[in-house]
Amino acid sequence: MSRDAHNHNKESATPDIDSEQISALRDEMIRFARLQLRDDHLAEDAVHEAIAAALKSNSFGDRASIKTWVFAILRNKIIDVIRERSRHPTESLLDEDAGDLEQQFDERGHWRKEHEPANWGHPEAVLANEQFWLIFEACLEHLTENTARVFMMREHLGLEISEICTELSISESNCWVIMHRARMKLRLCLESNFLEEGDES
Amino acid sequence: MMNCKQATRLMSQGQDRELNMAERTRLRIHLFICSGCSNYNKQLHLIRETMKRIGTRGPGN
Repeated sequence: MSRDAHNHNKESATPDIDSEQISALRDEMIRFARLQLRDDHLAEDAVHEAIAAALKSNSFGDRASIKTWVFAILRNKIIDVIRERSRHPTESLLDEDAGDLEQQFDERGHWRKEHEPANWGHPEAVLANEQFWLIFEACLEHLTENTARVFMMREHLGLEISEICTELSISESNCWVIMHRARMKLRLCLESNFLEEGDES
Repeated sequence: MMNCKQATRLMSQGQDRELNMAERTRLRIHLFICSGCSNYNKQLHLIRETMKRIGTRGPGN
């Protein structure tokens, strides 16, 4: 009895992070890294490095935290890649086309009737909807590379606007504009695709 | 009087910095009378929540 209890404790305290588990996570990690880096090679490199770092260590708790922990490593790798790459910016950062966004408003700056944002229903219900996540990722991919990078740094990696500006050497006012357009564009894409899926609760 | 275009800009900034008292008051009044912007504001919060969870959601979690 006491030996069983002992074994059980031992297993739950230090589960093996086996290669099968890692490869199940791998696909998800690659998809995640691609979304942020927009470059297959860089994404795979970042994932490989994160996995290698994970396999080297064996200090974690349960299965759920393995995933959280591996993604935390991956996130740091992604930040490194973004920092490295932003030292050599190749394109203008203010490249999101604002034309589509402007025409949602009339000449007095009010929403045109057909563009007025709708009620999406209860947030938790939306987040529980698998279709919403698929559309969300597709909409993220529609952002231009630079906009997506700034948006990810702010919203996913949780950096402050001032940090992002410094990292990417762009003015703070450009940063605000990029964030604003990213949100507008993402919202518009979500609304026109998600609500049309018939989820008009 | 603030219009929707200005309100959306302020709502976005409100996600990234602390708005001052005057901005908050003007925005609050606008949201009170404008259902489109009020929905927009809720959508921004949902987008933020989604972005936070991306990558760590799913059955394995």
